[in-house]
Amino acid sequence: MAHRWTNTLTRADITPEPLWLNRRQLIAGALGAGAMASIASPALAETLEPNTWEHITSYNNFYEFGTDKEDPAANAHRLNTAGWEIEVDGLVDAPGRYSVASLLDGLSEEERIYRFRCVEAWAMVVPWNGVELKDILDKVGVQSGAKYVAFETANRPDEMPGLRYPVLDWPYREGLRLDEALHPLTLMATGIYGKPIPNQNGAPIRLVVPWKYGFKSIKSIVRITLTDQEPVTSWNMANAREYGFYSNVNPTVSHPRWSQATERRIGGGLFNRRQPTLMFNGYEVEVADLYEGMDLKTYF
Amino acid sequence: MFIQSINAGLRKIPTWVLYIVLPIPGLLAIVSGLTDNLGPEPINELEEQLGEFALKLLIVGLAVSPLLHVTRINLVRFRRAIGLMAFAYVLAHFLVWFLLDLQALNQIWTEIAKRPYVTAGFAGFIVMIPLVLTSNDWSVRRLGRFWRVLHRLTYLAAILAGVHFIMLSKGFDVEALAHMAVILAFLALRVGKWRRRLQSGLQGLRTKLIG
Repeated sequence: MAHRWTNTLTRADITPEPLWLNRRQLIAGALGAGAMASIASPALAETLEPNTWEHITSYNNFYEFGTDKEDPAANAHRLNTAGWEIEVDGLVDAPGRYSVASLLDGLSEEERIYRFRCVEAWAMVVPWNGVELKDILDKVGVQSGAKYVAFETANRPDEMPGLRYPVLDWPYREGLRLDEALHPLTLMATGIYGKPIPNQNGAPIRLVVPWKYGFKSIKSIVRITLTDQEPVTSWNMANAREYGFYSNVNPTVSHPRWSQATERRIGGGLFNRRQPTLMFNGYEVEVADLYEGMDLKTYF
Repeated sequence: MFIQSINAGLRKIPTWVLYIVLPIPGLLAIVSGLTDNLGPEPINELEEQLGEFALKLLIVGLAVSPLLHVTRINLVRFRRAIGLMAFAYVLAHFLVWFLLDLQALNQIWTEIAKRPYVTAGFAGFIVMIPLVLTSNDWSVRRLGRFWRVLHRLTYLAAILAGVHFIMLSKGFDVEALAHMAVILAFLALRVGKWRRRLQSGLQGLRTKLIG
């Protein structure tokens, strides 16, 4: 394990499996655990309870499988992840087609319990399993001229019915600045709750950048390119006014169509209250220095 | 013959049946929400279901007249109930938005003014209010010809609702565009009819003047 970053949440904060498998018990369990946690550590008590497996795997945006939240869970079983390969190219020492196993070989997976904030103003807490992207990039050898990392999602119309519609300019593409990619919070996730990541959540391997809006955390990656140019990204291409390259979670910069000041945690029922969105999704201490001197209203 | 028997059957259905049947999907959605059966994000789900059903009822209301002209199937008797129920769904959709979703009563005007998709939806809601107020027999009699002109605002309400749907969607939303296409098709049929009526009116005037 790299151990460059420590969870503010521990194993004890995860709802035990028998509880999250049963919603009724879960609610009772969460209340009990919350009461205990509030004695031990009041700050962590209410906000950082991870969402249930059921919620995390049934409420997804993965437009390759359809634009409704339930479409990915309904359609993603068609994606065949066996023998998955990732093309690594651009400014790297060892370009080539890598199997997921070979990229992960020698790296041990960590659990990271991260806040997840969608640009649509809903949020979850997800217990990911994965490796730091930095460890994978170290393996392929980033050349000195590289400034950005570009990612691409699989583009298989036969397995991904949403690709029939021109919702976005397929394949889905995302990118990070190299320093963002190398940040210890930036994860390549292969699991959730200690289980292999389900297809609808981006199997077999996806990016997780917890201080950015969820669409930056590209799923089912088939290509990683090191480049010296800022890569084109799908939502930015679709609507540059609404979706910037950086897309850091920022409560003070509104989406043109809605406020980003508050968010609703998934799973709170019909009378769920909104809660304030945190700067950099609560990871300000860890990542604010990456953007020092930048006007975040311009580089949104 | 077939159409006639359909119309005869339709005539046997009292219009109050619609005030019982049409609220059912909305009430079911509300009950599902209260019993935690609307999925992980029940507020959005309820809001969407109510809004979509409102839009569908508006479209059904607009379909009544082309249906009569094309197939001779007569649903005109039911149009008031369809329209009023559409408004009930719009109202419920609006209430869920500002009571459960927005949750900030002091922000409602800012949201309506600042977010164009909210502006469009709210404008559609406002446009429907005079239609609801003049939906009774007394108003129909009192307003005479003006009633028909006034109730053409239904097209405006439907267009605003369709625009609202398209604008709030992320990316290229086929479903929202399909709804809008149907509304515009009905409007095109209606405009065609108005134009023909105007032309035949002019024609009549011309023959009268020349002849």
